[in-house]
Amino acid sequence: MTIALGFLAIILATLLGWLLKQSFNTQPWVADVVSETAHQGPLGTNSRLIALLTLLAVVSSFFALILSAYALRMELGDWVPLSEPQLLWINTVMLILASIVFQWTRNAAVNGQRSRLTPGLLLTGVLTTSFVIGQFVAWQQLQASGQFITSNPANAFFYFLTGAHAVHILGGMYVWARATGRVVLGKGDQSSIARSIELCTIYWHFLLLVWLVLFGLLLST
Amino acid sequence: MAYVAIADRDHEIEHHDPQTFITKYIWSQDHKVIAIQYSLTAIFVGLIALGLSAMMRLQLGFPDQFSFINPENYYQFVTMHGMIMVIYLLTALFLGGFGNYLIPLMCGSRDMVFPYLNMLSYWVYLLSVIILVISFFVPGGSTGAGWTLYPPQAIMPGTPGVDWGILLMLLSLAVFIVAFTMGGLNYVTTVLQARCRGMTLMRMPLSVWGIFIATVLGLLAFPALLVSAIMMLLDKLVHTSFFMPAISLMGTDPGYTGGSPILFQHLFWFFGHPEVYIVALPAFGIVSDLLSTHARKNIFGYRMMVWAIVAIGGLSFIVWAHHMYVSGMNPYFGFFFATTTLIIAVPTAIKVYNWVLTLWEGNIHLRVPMLFAIGFIFTFIHGGLTGLFLGNVTIDLPLSDTYFVVAHFHMVMGVSPVLVVFGAIYHWWPKITGKMYNETLGRWHFWMTFLGTYAIYLPMHYLGFQGVPRRYFAMGNTEFMPDSAQDLNAWITMSALFVAATQVLFFINMIWSLAKGPKSEPNPWNATTLEWQTPDHPPKHGNWGHELPVVHRWAYDYSVPGYEDDFIPQNVSADDAPAGRDHGGEH
Repeated sequence: MTIALGFLAIILATLLGWLLKQSFNTQPWVADVVSETAHQGPLGTNSRLIALLTLLAVVSSFFALILSAYALRMELGDWVPLSEPQLLWINTVMLILASIVFQWTRNAAVNGQRSRLTPGLLLTGVLTTSFVIGQFVAWQQLQASGQFITSNPANAFFYFLTGAHAVHILGGMYVWARATGRVVLGKGDQSSIARSIELCTIYWHFLLLVWLVLFGLLLST
Repeated sequence: MAYVAIADRDHEIEHHDPQTFITKYIWSQDHKVIAIQYSLTAIFVGLIALGLSAMMRLQLGFPDQFSFINPENYYQFVTMHGMIMVIYLLTALFLGGFGNYLIPLMCGSRDMVFPYLNMLSYWVYLLSVIILVISFFVPGGSTGAGWTLYPPQAIMPGTPGVDWGILLMLLSLAVFIVAFTMGGLNYVTTVLQARCRGMTLMRMPLSVWGIFIATVLGLLAFPALLVSAIMMLLDKLVHTSFFMPAISLMGTDPGYTGGSPILFQHLFWFFGHPEVYIVALPAFGIVSDLLSTHARKNIFGYRMMVWAIVAIGGLSFIVWAHHMYVSGMNPYFGFFFATTTLIIAVPTAIKVYNWVLTLWEGNIHLRVPMLFAIGFIFTFIHGGLTGLFLGNVTIDLPLSDTYFVVAHFHMVMGVSPVLVVFGAIYHWWPKITGKMYNETLGRWHFWMTFLGTYAIYLPMHYLGFQGVPRRYFAMGNTEFMPDSAQDLNAWITMSALFVAATQVLFFINMIWSLAKGPKSEPNPWNATTLEWQTPDHPPKHGNWGHELPVVHRWAYDYSVPGYEDDFIPQNVSADDAPAGRDHGGEH
């Protein structure tokens, strides 16, 4: 459980540290000395970003716990390391490219370059979809070579981890689809579209980071 | 573009009021309506669980007298009672019910930051409840694995509900976690972003702090339950071996290789322990507000109370294996967790001292909410003290899986938070409904419930000391259990049925109040917190009318020396406070 605890320690230290800092030198019983904190919004940033960051904390907790379970389960005698299909490397490249293109699209959105949005969004969609399809094909390849989910625990974790990651990608695709729909159909004003793309980009980078950690772990164990 | 706080761009935001009956009361995005939807659903399913506990007690008190209770369905009652009460009642009620109602009002906002997501979270919660209830009716019935769902038994034949019940249970939990995450995002974002002008974090009432930190705990801890649920589903459906060891079943080989049941326990309790604080922290916060309002006195040590809530929240993640002392783990492991468990008792105890000190020399009004709040202090001290016993490894070894544990967790989770729930409902009833309840009926309800729960759980500790095991359908004929233990069981059953029946008084009171109760004034308790200062009573959609409130002081300006009234609402500035001769100095 060390992995989960370590991750949790970081999150809680940040959150609780910030909370304590907010509260340390206050004398709440003294009236009308209004520190303008609430006026600014303590995290001077928009609510959707706060919600996304919270969601990322939840998702990180989820994956950290699976990794803790992975570490624990690995200790038991019947673990046979899985040799991952080479296809996964290609899929990884797809995901990296998707992140890069999303970042480019996001920059375009923030700078008001509307013409770049449609090709950018469509390209990220294509790249991400090829990642997901590639993952599925990798599953097929494993099945074909007799590496089933029940064959041994390393396999089970492989399918679980890649499946869970893909599910989160698909969730992101839903938001991507809405943003792309708005851009293509010409609805929505520039700032709300920019914000939506910004949030998607952060989410995509996050899932890329998660994938790199998962992939690294799967390769090395 | 610089950030402008939600409260400061209130006039630019378009406010749409729902127009139709459906959008006002069914597909409602208003946090108050959603709160009531959550609460009614939670209470409904909680009554089902209460009925299940009555059946359990019938078997325990009068063994083999009832033909409709056999070992299979007894364990189904035990499991469903536990799971419903902990998750579908207490968590949903405190966070979905009270959290939704109180957070925007107490923070001075018009609604949650994401009203559509809020609405979705309720309907997904309802879906999870429906899936759970369906599990009663599938072939084989619901799971009988205990609310802790330990493998390998949970998914092996011999345990009730192994065909469908366990699948629906795990699915229902997964759906609940999705609902909870949606709600949790709302509560966290609203507390952080949507407070009105002047409402700093340290001016928020403790109710909000309790619910806020509980939400953070839930967001980080529920994934552990989700992970274990998915893994158990895979073990059951696909025959992986995350948890299932290499066992043989009645001479056959079910095909599992060497999984680890202990892995499940770690994952489950990593969720399970924060879960009990998710239930307790909102209760702690709410009871602080009940005590200070009805004692006309500021909560003693507000900052310490906030830090204690935060500390309890953080520490709650490193005590989980005190539920696993008897699992065969390394004794040093046990030593570590016993230490952290004792450490977490410190901020908890500080809170208890502060509650008592709040009452000390207070102008105590023994109204119904106050009775329940004081009842909480008694029962929580009681349950917390027995927790100290169980937190120490050596004493836990003989007491584990006995009725001592059952008595402990019912006192701290079943009795104290439920007393707070009742106190809170009585307290905020005038605000939510605009009507007043019947005081006499409320008092009867309190005394019968409070004394009744003592009658149930006090003797149960003794049974635990005797060694009477929990989760047993029948005690059989053993020497260490004298016949008097059976008499005690019968007494406990009679008390339990009595207390269960008493709750009818509460429902009669509420229904009478809705139908015929007197209208209440806008602020019958003369409370300082913002929810009592709304222009409409009960608050309308949008809560505050044209202007959001501006906060000038904390939530606990009760009996401030030098002022005419014994309370100053949060949104009253220093100039407007009706002052006496001289303004009070520091206190």
